[in-house]
Amino acid sequence: MLQLIENEKIRETVNGKRVITKKPELLAPAGSLEKLKVAVHYGADAVFIGGQEFGLRSNADNFTIEEMREGVEFAKQYGAVVYVTTNIFAHNENMAGLEEYLQAIEGAGVKGIIVADPLIIETCRRVAPKLEIHLSTQQSLSNWKAVKYWKQEGLHRVVLAREVGAEEMRKMKEEVDIEIEAFVHGAMCIAYSGRCVLSNHMTARDSNRGGCCQSCRWDYDLYENVDGQENALFNEGDAPFAMSPKDLKLIESIPHMIELGIDSLKVEGRMKSIHYVATVISVYRKVIDAYCADPENFKIKKEWLEELDRCANRATASAFFEGEPSYKQQMFGSHAAKLKWDFAGLVLDYNTETQMVTLQQRNYFKPGDTIEFFGPDIESFKMEVGQIWDEEDNEIEVANHPLQIVKFKVERPLFKYNMMRKENK
Amino acid sequence: MKKPELLVTPKSIEHIKALIEAGADAFVIGEQKFGLRLAGEFSVSQVEEATKLIHEAGKKVYVAVNALFHNDRLDALDDYLKEMQRIGVDALIFGDPAVVVSVRELGITIPLHWNPETIATNWFQANYWADRGAKRAVLARELSLDEVLEIKENARPEIEVQVHGMTCMFQSKRSLLGNYFLYRNEVMEVENRKENKNMFLHDKERKNKYPIYEDLNGTHIFSPNDMCLIDELTELFEGGIDSLKFDGVLQSEDYITTTTNCYRQAIDAYFDKGEDAYEAIKDELLAKIEEIQPANRPLDTGFIFKETVY
Repeated sequence: MLQLIENEKIRETVNGKRVITKKPELLAPAGSLEKLKVAVHYGADAVFIGGQEFGLRSNADNFTIEEMREGVEFAKQYGAVVYVTTNIFAHNENMAGLEEYLQAIEGAGVKGIIVADPLIIETCRRVAPKLEIHLSTQQSLSNWKAVKYWKQEGLHRVVLAREVGAEEMRKMKEEVDIEIEAFVHGAMCIAYSGRCVLSNHMTARDSNRGGCCQSCRWDYDLYENVDGQENALFNEGDAPFAMSPKDLKLIESIPHMIELGIDSLKVEGRMKSIHYVATVISVYRKVIDAYCADPENFKIKKEWLEELDRCANRATASAFFEGEPSYKQQMFGSHAAKLKWDFAGLVLDYNTETQMVTLQQRNYFKPGDTIEFFGPDIESFKMEVGQIWDEEDNEIEVANHPLQIVKFKVERPLFKYNMMRKENK
Repeated sequence: MKKPELLVTPKSIEHIKALIEAGADAFVIGEQKFGLRLAGEFSVSQVEEATKLIHEAGKKVYVAVNALFHNDRLDALDDYLKEMQRIGVDALIFGDPAVVVSVRELGITIPLHWNPETIATNWFQANYWADRGAKRAVLARELSLDEVLEIKENARPEIEVQVHGMTCMFQSKRSLLGNYFLYRNEVMEVENRKENKNMFLHDKERKNKYPIYEDLNGTHIFSPNDMCLIDELTELFEGGIDSLKFDGVLQSEDYITTTTNCYRQAIDAYFDKGEDAYEAIKDELLAKIEEIQPANRPLDTGFIFKETVY
């Protein structure tokens, strides 16, 4: 059951009905400008992006300053804001260029940075004072006194460690007046973030500067050493020792988080596709809006949960929010499951007179395939693909070129940024 | 030039006596409720006894309060800090800023050593924590020699560097060993083995063995090799590193004592007789350590001479 804190800032009674007045921010990942636009269009209040330097995803298509500016402008049209992750733990060699970089981010209209290293915190305060400073989960913030420390240091917001539970969050909100951001969805470290250097040892890649190679997802054999004798602690055919966590999914805990007054609900996944971002953000948007409008009559709809599963290729769990995770929240033996639906196309245009959709192909499809359209401005619907034409109006047998522009008839109206999925048979 | 401190990790009160004999200058002790990955477990009364012993010998004692705290241990932490103040230990080793807040609020006057392990990677942070009460910064073990020396040149607090022993490369709050046994429905194994410290993960591809154990703070995984800089100390000596640490976690008392004495000889040779004297004995000291080195723990030089990319 929900444990309600009496806090007037979070809720009030209007005409005898309780409503939530403090709606948390829905914070989306965006690995590229396209993903940023999709995230905002599908309902994110804020997005976090990586720049070319000082961030933790060295493989992502990170943003140039010019792209940041464009992203900020786009977000502004929706009333959304942009944060930039600058959450490496710098080594001496990484210190050069930091001041110019932070000033450029500030100049691009970014609202704040997500940062772990006090070097970057202090430098930002000095050279780019308009930027908000949010403490990254890389600092493994796990208790209210540490939250108080960062409040005293003047930070605007803290991102909690993934290991913090609901009751612990409640106490943090009660003890310290600071914005709290917590992860609600996506892949997770199984270690305390920042406290894992498996990559450094196994592949000479620095995990705390963006080089993590996810060694925690590999299999190992467990042995014991008894007086120099090494005994296997597994039998032939047993699943090997693994420490891969199921992905985080707190969709059903969102009401609880809203009642706790958590300020920002964060979705992980800057490396994920626009399909993932669109699907996850649209579902969490619906849940947040529905709960805040009428908390007493709120129920999670089955179709929301089904929708969320359509972009999940790993099993999911609630991690620490609802209590200490058991072995059932880890992956042993088999790993990724196949998606039931593939992202197949992005709507560029729809002609209401001819009922023709113009679509950018994102995965192979052909006439006769069962597809589904979804988006923030339509009810999802399924249909069978009929004839397909290319950009020059030549009929084609299959749409098999990535990013190819194709057209076909769809009787129900579609809008730019709607997406098309194809059922996997 | 100033002699660096030789800092070691005793396993028991008796062991402290042996280590004083072997030439240790300072000791890290504590208990898992507040400190991480300690070689020995010392209750408050044992800390008191150890402190008396260590101070009588003119040596220093540092108590580890470097856990990643959750709300549930904050009250106990405050009580513990007050006890440490009463006992009069020489430093508190911390990683979590909660300790800084508690120390301020309680008016604790014991100096702080900042040791967040993996994230202590640049001199700016060392100075930042010095401004907030840290007398010493303990550097990440994943740094190269050049990085270590550059930090020392630019940092105001004392600098401590690990020179020997295994290093932690992973800490999870989850019960990863217990979970593995439960997944295989081996409830008895959880009872029998979960607390053991003799297990390791075998990485077949790299042919590495990673020690692993669980305690109150979760699951800890360690480096496959023991770092050993006994024959590579010259630049650290010249660079003026203030404290050289030998972390003896998961090692035997005899091993820790013998190895401590090897480092004592190395430091004394260099500072009492000069670089040539150190050069003359360093290979012999290395051979002595190799002789007692456990077969499943190869020696290496950690990240001191290794390049890391990202």
